[in-house]
Amino acid sequence: MGKTMIEKIIEARIGREVHFEEIVIIPVDLIYAHDWSGPLTIARFREMGFTTVAHPERVAFFLDHSSPSSSREIATMHNLVRSFAREHGCLLFDVGEGVSHVLVAEHLARPGEVIIGADSHTCMGGAFGAFAIGMGATDVAVALALGQTWIKVPHVIAVEVCGKLPHGVFAKDLILNVIRRIGADGAEYKCLEFIGEGVESLPMEERLVLTNMAVEAGAKCGIIPADEETRRYLERRGRGEAFRPLCSDPDAPYDAVIKIEADAMEPLVALPHRVDNVRPVSECQGVPIDQVYIGSCTNGRFEDLKIAAEILRGRRIAPTTRLIVTPGSREVYQRALQAGILEVLIEAGGVVNSPGCGACPGSHVGILGDGERCLSSTNRNFQGRMGNPKAFVYLASPATCAASALEGKITDPRKYL
Amino acid sequence: MLLKGRAWTFGDGISTDLIIPGRYAYLRGDLSALAKHTLEDVRPEFAAQVQPGDLLIAGRNFGLGSSREHAVLVLKQLGVSAVIAASIARIFFRNCINLGLPAIEVETAGIEDGDEIEVDLQACVLVDRTKGLRRSFSPFPTIIRMILYEGGLVPYMRKYKKFLETEGVSAHE
Repeated sequence: MGKTMIEKIIEARIGREVHFEEIVIIPVDLIYAHDWSGPLTIARFREMGFTTVAHPERVAFFLDHSSPSSSREIATMHNLVRSFAREHGCLLFDVGEGVSHVLVAEHLARPGEVIIGADSHTCMGGAFGAFAIGMGATDVAVALALGQTWIKVPHVIAVEVCGKLPHGVFAKDLILNVIRRIGADGAEYKCLEFIGEGVESLPMEERLVLTNMAVEAGAKCGIIPADEETRRYLERRGRGEAFRPLCSDPDAPYDAVIKIEADAMEPLVALPHRVDNVRPVSECQGVPIDQVYIGSCTNGRFEDLKIAAEILRGRRIAPTTRLIVTPGSREVYQRALQAGILEVLIEAGGVVNSPGCGACPGSHVGILGDGERCLSSTNRNFQGRMGNPKAFVYLASPATCAASALEGKITDPRKYL
Repeated sequence: MLLKGRAWTFGDGISTDLIIPGRYAYLRGDLSALAKHTLEDVRPEFAAQVQPGDLLIAGRNFGLGSSREHAVLVLKQLGVSAVIAASIARIFFRNCINLGLPAIEVETAGIEDGDEIEVDLQACVLVDRTKGLRRSFSPFPTIIRMILYEGGLVPYMRKYKKFLETEGVSAHE
């Protein structure tokens, strides 16, 4: 019997064979927290009597959730995180650098690593062929001190994507399709492994969308084989030496295999207030939208802003709709600036925020009014998620978001592409 | 350990955004102020009326979404003695254990608001005295039992300063 890539990663890190559902203590290669989770992580670290961070060069703190600060309380939380990071020699990505997961992808994640972060979307790092898991502050605090955590070896559900995504259909539509199929708890405690031609043909930037939203199906992690595309991405990023190929064996014991026919797919939308409440865009066309949001760890990369600009170039958004754009990182911001993308978005009537989580977690810079509808390129449409429990959040690809901003209602992007 | 209290019931898919909304992130340094907003978008009366010892009873996928540990901290602050649900999202489950709050997966259909609930953590049995229901659940793995026994991961780590090696093979037992 072959092995899944998750088993291979765990076995390589602990030096012995493991079996599914076994609990193991495992070394952690990269640990991170942010401005909302970092203060509690730091408090826990101290309460446990720890004084030393095991591997500070592989510990990162990000000020991204309320960034720049939204209140005096948040500003004080920022200072707590800053001083701890400096005191212990950890990496610090301050206000304006961007979203933790986006920066981890740009600068830190490597194939075969065990990555834990005090944020549920830490699972995005699995796109590199890493075992990346979201945890709470206390777990992360222990890892800071010990360089270890405990995990249960997860069963693996393979998502096999046959064929290639058609024009105008994106990784966001693909992952919404998976979540529709298995439900918001369909992969609870398990790993979602994305394989097949429809995944192999995707650039890293799109693969990240799949692993990012694995948690929205309840998964412990999402993972994608490390292949030539992974190698090219890492080389472009100056860490090509970290590449090594990694995939599951052909006879790996998957818990289940979910087949998706990519060729037949169309753009999808997740309706309020559940991520698995997914419909084809054709069934929700015409729903009026008050605010369109393009950003987040899921879809705040350069390619996301670029596709939005392609749709919006030379046009103007509907007078009844606001468009808010938040680049996922400083680099995304600069590249989009240099490529003239931000100018297109601004001329179309958009507002560009500084890099960070922006409106997604409901802190500030784009909170919705009572009864308003927002179409968002983010990952969660839970009631209250974007700051107002009386508002309604719909999720879609950046292309669908941009097309809908133009018409002021949910719109199929393919007519503009 | 025997837990006794009244049931507060919730449906399926209660996210951590609903348990403690992100709009109150600025209150995370003041737990008693933060806890006043616990579950306010689902049951506005909950935070004011829940009594120490009461049990939170829910349907499927309780605590999905954000990893925010404050979702567990506020429940503890209000004196909730256990979270019992048909299924519990992974990160939330782990956060409960780490904070010493028993989180139990068992069928909850038939339990209603205000029912008198007893949970025997040794025998792994839940009893609804009001309805006469009795349900058993799976025991926790050793590492989780030990963290709960110590009152959470903070006291556990203060005592042992590491994960005990013997637990690495607990699943073989």
